[in-house]
Amino acid sequence: MTTTAKVVRCAARFSRSHFASPLRPAATTVRRALTAQLQHRCISSSGKNEEAAVKVDVENRRIDTSNFMNKTGMKPSEVDVGNRLTADAMMSPSAGILKQATIMDEGSRPIYLDMQATTPMDPRVLDAMLPFYTGLYGNPHSRTHAYGWETEKAIDVARGHIAKLIGADPKEIIFTSGATESNNMSIKGVARFYKSKRHIVTSQTEHKCVLDSCRHLQDEGYEITYLPVKSNGLIDLEQLEKEIRPDTALVSIMTVNNEIGVIQPMEEIGKLCRKKGVFFHTDGAQAVGKIPVDVGKWNVDLMSISGHKVYGPKGIGACYIRRRPKVRIDPLISGGGQERGLRSGTLAPPLVIGFGEACRIAKEEIDYDHKRVTALANRLQSGLLAMEHTTLNGDANARYPGCVNVSFAYVEGESLLMALKDVALSSGSACTSASLEPSYVLRALGSSDESAHSSIRFGIGRFTTEAEIDYVLKAVRDRVTVLREMSPLWELVQEGVDLNTIEWSQH
Amino acid sequence: MVDTAFQARSLYRNLLRFSNRFSSYNFREYARRRTRDAFREYKNVEDPRKIQELMQKGLKELQMLKRQTMISQFFQMDRLVVEGGASGKQKGRRGDIVRQKELG
Repeated sequence: MTTTAKVVRCAARFSRSHFASPLRPAATTVRRALTAQLQHRCISSSGKNEEAAVKVDVENRRIDTSNFMNKTGMKPSEVDVGNRLTADAMMSPSAGILKQATIMDEGSRPIYLDMQATTPMDPRVLDAMLPFYTGLYGNPHSRTHAYGWETEKAIDVARGHIAKLIGADPKEIIFTSGATESNNMSIKGVARFYKSKRHIVTSQTEHKCVLDSCRHLQDEGYEITYLPVKSNGLIDLEQLEKEIRPDTALVSIMTVNNEIGVIQPMEEIGKLCRKKGVFFHTDGAQAVGKIPVDVGKWNVDLMSISGHKVYGPKGIGACYIRRRPKVRIDPLISGGGQERGLRSGTLAPPLVIGFGEACRIAKEEIDYDHKRVTALANRLQSGLLAMEHTTLNGDANARYPGCVNVSFAYVEGESLLMALKDVALSSGSACTSASLEPSYVLRALGSSDESAHSSIRFGIGRFTTEAEIDYVLKAVRDRVTVLREMSPLWELVQEGVDLNTIEWSQH
Repeated sequence: MVDTAFQARSLYRNLLRFSNRFSSYNFREYARRRTRDAFREYKNVEDPRKIQELMQKGLKELQMLKRQTMISQFFQMDRLVVEGGASGKQKGRRGDIVRQKELG
């Protein structure tokens, strides 16, 4: 008898009842001898039935293995018993089967690259908020007891942090539910308070809530000028000067655009507005905490800030309202007269304090973060633009680097987003991502429908890593190539056909 | 007098140790990077008062890390696609599938 055959016999003899073997009858004697010993172990080892069963199985395997080794002088895992199984599979079927399995234990959660939509909340912020969700639950407007005082004190500190970040006085900060409310409050509030002035200037690339507030005022009889932007996304200052009339109440231009990341020339606009005696409102939701903001230097009269764009909690924002020279607004919400009567309603202390802490961190880390975001953005941008037929949307220099908006010609943006399921991206602002309409911001820049349809926004933030950028670059490169290979247009382009010369037949 | 260099090194090690305990990949990487960069930035500080101030700040951050990493362990999400996982055939030999990055 050869050694292998001996081993097979030996292995089979120790096999448990789960494993059918042609040599089974030979094992009965050995098993009977072991049974008494095992039962003894079983009783002594555990009180629970299921646990005992497991332990018995483990024990059996151990005994089998040592017996096997004593008899054959070989490790069971090293002995091939045919049919691509090793001898230990006969002793413990589950172990043997597991060894055949392919392990797929990769992560599956997409990478987050949509920092313009919202940012993850910093753990330091949560740490500051938690006490106000647990023990410190006083109403900050309660003036009669310590519960109210302690919350009010914390809120004042938070207000100070926010004011410091934008170079304002704490008394000029009014807490709201978010930048949308702040925008509504500023635009409608100013327009309704200064009733004699019936004109408002804004730009075409503003956030939806600014445009919608203006549309609403239009219905009330106000006149609105929607200023066009140049092809780089910046407004034309001369044109703005021409549009400002004696009855203009307000100019509203956003600081950093949420879709293309361009920074408008705030200082010049502020100077112009001050010269003309017009209030200047800016939507600073995307700018605060990311680029240095100074309301004094910019001559900004009203500014909207959002909590969840600066690594703070969602559901909180603020509105800066200048006191000197005083800007007066008609409040949207009336009630108990909190926040100087401009925004009644009890404040949410945890959110306010989280927002304040986020602003404190932003102020402290702004240089560090900016340096890092710039480095990552350069890496991403140069990688993406190195691909053929890609263009960067928006001005190349006057921009916040953390927002990279790139058009991939001959690829449908939505299908690319579908193909990039492992990366959380957006083709434009989150508010309009449900519709398949091309972004109105890109249309305002004068890009064609095709180009607007094929653009994707990459948002980089404090917590983005190099590995993520490299992963995204590789993923985008691969999938754009695949999608283009499928596209008949791409084939035509490769053949040198100019797509604009083709006359498509109508159906 | 207690050796401040020793204290600083111990604080640094503790901060890194707790940074590793974030279950979220992005927070973990950020905490490690921020700790390293902060210590590198201030490595040449000589003024004892400034050193004291920085040490206090570091200790405060450590307390925060202890609490927040604990919380993050309770609410674990899936790993990100970019995080190293284990994949391949397991042959039963020791160390045949290697995780590229350890979790927490």
